[in-house]
Amino acid sequence: MIYFDNAATTMMKPPEVARAVARAIDSFGGVGRGVHDASLSAGLAVYRCRQQVAQLFNAPDAKRVAFCLNVTEALNAVVSGLLHGGEHAITTAASHNSVLRPLYRKVDEEGSELVILPVAPDASIDYDAFASLFRANTKLVVVTHASNLTGDVYDVARMARITHEHGALICIDAAQTAGVVPIDMQRDGIDIVAFTGHKSLYGPQGTGGVALGEGIDLPWFKVGGSGTHSYDREHPSFYPERLEAGTLNAHGIAGLSAGIAHIEELGVDEIARQTAALADRFEAGVRGIPGVRIIGGHGGIGRTGIVALNVGEIDSAQVADALGYDYGICVRAGAHCAPLMHEAMGTAQQGAVRFSFSHFNTAEEVDAGIAAIREIAG
Amino acid sequence: MLTFSTTSDAMALEAAAKEHGLPGRMIPVPSEIDAGCGFAWRCELEERDALLAGVAEYALAHEGVFEVAMY
Repeated sequence: MIYFDNAATTMMKPPEVARAVARAIDSFGGVGRGVHDASLSAGLAVYRCRQQVAQLFNAPDAKRVAFCLNVTEALNAVVSGLLHGGEHAITTAASHNSVLRPLYRKVDEEGSELVILPVAPDASIDYDAFASLFRANTKLVVVTHASNLTGDVYDVARMARITHEHGALICIDAAQTAGVVPIDMQRDGIDIVAFTGHKSLYGPQGTGGVALGEGIDLPWFKVGGSGTHSYDREHPSFYPERLEAGTLNAHGIAGLSAGIAHIEELGVDEIARQTAALADRFEAGVRGIPGVRIIGGHGGIGRTGIVALNVGEIDSAQVADALGYDYGICVRAGAHCAPLMHEAMGTAQQGAVRFSFSHFNTAEEVDAGIAAIREIAG
Repeated sequence: MLTFSTTSDAMALEAAAKEHGLPGRMIPVPSEIDAGCGFAWRCELEERDALLAGVAEYALAHEGVFEVAMY
């Protein structure tokens, strides 16, 4: 099997990740639920992972890193907690449904206002047009750091400056970028980073969270057991417990910690360089094949490890099936939960075949992917 | 005995103690002490100065300092 679906979930993890999860399952008690060795081991692992996440994003305070299931849950918490009826929000057409649907729900159920910045056919966005979208009641900007369809990376530092000039908050969806594109909350003025563990942070599924900037308060989105203040009627208001009701997935977080340790060892820049080299090699190999159309990838300020394409008029699902069944190559076809980006790219009907590389892929695997596309196109 | 406002503060001391060899260990906070977090750090009286020096050196947050008769 050749795995090119890393934008969905990275399958090839550093071996330390599985070992860390196995050790955790065999040795962890509940985080914050006791003072015996098993509980303290879990608590320390979570504590260390918070520090790692804070360092990776240059977040101001590790206590303001809260873990949850994944980026979708994190984005739901942000949108449901920070946007209210009568307030205005901005996003872009590059957004995943994990951004769009929470915003749509606010519009439909509470009367919030939403405007969506278009994406051009080359996958670029117009930052002046973005600046023109702000209104007096604009409260929240939620934007994807990189398209999960095309891999185009957007200039969130520039968007943060514009957002703050208008007195609003900015949250970035870092699902596609955490670990493979540098993120610096303090330098770039990012108020909130929503992240997931199972993609380019190399953690297990079921890990993710939010990193909050200084002074950014996110209301409780779930309440319950906290391990402390048990006689209080209300859930604790301090971070991170405020956002972490119930027993944490410490087993998964131990794996996430090992995944981030791998990133620390290699460096985000080096991972980005290796990943880009594979994506560039693949694109150079398929670009000249008759009938192959590359979708996006050059409209941002960079690109993640994604190359999306179509082959003639063949439905993307058929191409993906042929790649999987005939060549053992795993890619993702269809809509990728990014309906507006597909409309912008003109691929709403056909979908797109998304190849997404990680630095664990090899040049030989990439060449096999090129050869397979050449045969399918022929 | 040191008490903490939050579990994160307690874990910070636990981690620092392991890394730097601070005296004492984590225990459940005794019921006669009112603390935000259910964890407390216990050391012997003669280790108190060394512990507090470490707490200051590594900027470890804590809520209170108590002397408690333990059995």
